[in-house]
Amino acid sequence: MKKDIILAGVGGQGILTIATIIGDAAAVAGISLKQAEVHGMSQRGGDVQSNLRLSTDEIHSDLIKEGAADLIISMEPMEALRYVTYLNNDGRVVTSTNPFKNIPNYPDEATLMQKLNALPNVATLAIEDVAKENNMPKSANVILLGMAARYIEILTPQQLRQSIARVFASKGAKVVEMNQAAFDLGLNAVK
Amino acid sequence: MIERKLLLGDEAIALGAVHAGISGVYAYPGTPSTEITEFIQANAPEVRSRWCTNEKTAMEAALGMSYAGKRALVCMKHVGMNVAADAFVNSGITGVNGGLVVLAADDPSMHSSQNEQDSRFYGKFTMIPILEPSNQQEAYEMMKYAYELSEQLNLPVLMRIVTRLAHSRAGVEIKTPLKQNALNPDNERTHWVLLPGNARRQYALLVEKQPRLLASSEASPYNKASKSAGKAPLGVIACGIAYNYVMENNPPQLGVPVLKVSQYPIPEAAIKALSQECDSLLVAEDGQPLVEEQVKGLLGADYNLKGRLTGDLPRMGELTPDCVGAALGVTIPQAFATAQNVMPRPPALCQGCGHRDVYDALNRVAAEYADARIFGDIGCYTLGALPPFRAIDSCVDMGASITMAKGAADAGVFPAIAVIGDSTFTHSGMTGLLDAVNDNANITVMISDNLTTAMTGGQDSAGTNKFEAICHGLGVAPEHVRVVVPLPKNMEEITRIIREEIEYKGVSVIIPRRECVQTLNRKLRQKKAQQQ
Repeated sequence: MKKDIILAGVGGQGILTIATIIGDAAAVAGISLKQAEVHGMSQRGGDVQSNLRLSTDEIHSDLIKEGAADLIISMEPMEALRYVTYLNNDGRVVTSTNPFKNIPNYPDEATLMQKLNALPNVATLAIEDVAKENNMPKSANVILLGMAARYIEILTPQQLRQSIARVFASKGAKVVEMNQAAFDLGLNAVK
Repeated sequence: MIERKLLLGDEAIALGAVHAGISGVYAYPGTPSTEITEFIQANAPEVRSRWCTNEKTAMEAALGMSYAGKRALVCMKHVGMNVAADAFVNSGITGVNGGLVVLAADDPSMHSSQNEQDSRFYGKFTMIPILEPSNQQEAYEMMKYAYELSEQLNLPVLMRIVTRLAHSRAGVEIKTPLKQNALNPDNERTHWVLLPGNARRQYALLVEKQPRLLASSEASPYNKASKSAGKAPLGVIACGIAYNYVMENNPPQLGVPVLKVSQYPIPEAAIKALSQECDSLLVAEDGQPLVEEQVKGLLGADYNLKGRLTGDLPRMGELTPDCVGAALGVTIPQAFATAQNVMPRPPALCQGCGHRDVYDALNRVAAEYADARIFGDIGCYTLGALPPFRAIDSCVDMGASITMAKGAADAGVFPAIAVIGDSTFTHSGMTGLLDAVNDNANITVMISDNLTTAMTGGQDSAGTNKFEAICHGLGVAPEHVRVVVPLPKNMEEITRIIREEIEYKGVSVIIPRRECVQTLNRKLRQKKAQQQ
């Protein structure tokens, strides 16, 4: 079994934290993982992505082939669309619908949503709005992970939830609790 | 129990080096190599690890540690090799005492760089062994092998990686750490005093060692051929990380034999054997076609050799599993077409960044002069080239802002203004400023000081708190070394000072100084966390 995931967003939105949580869960579960990150110049408000590959067999390439990704998890709707050519036939998109507008020529939102909703397998949620309503603005990325959790399949939501406790342990019990609550919010938002 | 850790390629190299018993790491930050030194700083207090002023000072200090009998690591991005080259090339002539590994992190596709030069050329030119790991586990294990090889051959070893390995994470199995070497300086002065008489002798020794380098490559555990399955139409020579992209396309299923190359000089016997088995060979290598050119020489012009030079793989840019797959005849149908309405999202200077105020001020003043030219440099502030500022006319290499401004001023450009960051100034700007002072060049230099090496994530900057003293010491008139605080509320004062210094006929330095907002926020967060 394998799962090839593209994590997408804008520098600073916390996609590397999502990758860290999944990575920890994979390591504990003893499955193979490769995760290519973007560091450096792009982190200054540019588009960022991470190729995250999980498998019960050996993984060779750090990069996912075009047309081979199973899942795109994105903090931002336009960034989700940037990588659709990487999806396979049954590929799925899980994305926030809250746009991050730091460029002057950001496309029309209605058209963007139309394109997204035209994809066969897509789950959307206004993640940042939900995070603010629930007084957890810093955990928006973990809500997104919760939303994607049941599609990761090679790891269970329960395994991911346990990883959150480990990854945030150094920040104290309150932070762990809040992030697990965020995860549950996302998990329960999709049925 | 076997211990496994999830590590970036850079972290695997760092831990591999620590476990190989290094006593020091010497480096200047540069993407994608920075995390190696950061990891050692955070995890191995027994290893000397303070950042160096530039790659040349790093290389020389590491050579000194090797001279003293201990193992040392030097890390840099590929363009840093150009800065370190003088010491690097001559370290092949002196040879080493304690093991010395030079780690060059190349950036094919120029994700965060000015070029995509291939550091393997430096290794070949210096006539030393080169190692090129294909994955994180190999990168970790190779460090121990590299130090052993270095001490066996008494030569530095070049380890070359690329961005995708440096910044990709995977599980790594950890082995038993070695102890550091004892202090044991080399007493043989003729090795180290490269007067022509000694240098000729040492160079002859280096030439004599070459068959041993080749023998080591031929027998290397990191160069291995897939099992022979008889005659095949196509075989692959897969170098470093390219091996992964080849394997991703399942060559056993395609009936394609593969020779993995992770140690150079190229294993000639294995390549000849593969060529006899196959009607044609594809060379898959990330970077420039170094191996392809050599194999062409080895097999002759008549042999059907494919690679970047023949167009079977793209001539430039990093390899991907897709382009390697296409060269092997494997393609996947695309399920979804490229989405329209997706706009590029280039990086930008952070909101609240002091460089913004510097460019705002410079643009206001430059607009008053028809022929103003602003020479930029390497760092976050290079983003001043992009909208909304579009402020700089050049960005070439570390320190070039000052010297290019001087040359342009010599030619008659007025005003000629240089913008350079604090860390870049101490890296390579100080010597150029001395040239300008000695020639009384009519230039205005802005040292935009944010108290850190920001672009690479906020490492210590070598000149913090020393800039006025450095400029005075280099001979800039003290009344023309001006310090301002780049904030919108000071715009009137800043623009006035820029105007005054442009009108001064000679070298002036303006230092806009305000802490990087990223490092400031990080410090505040740490302080808050400590209080809780």
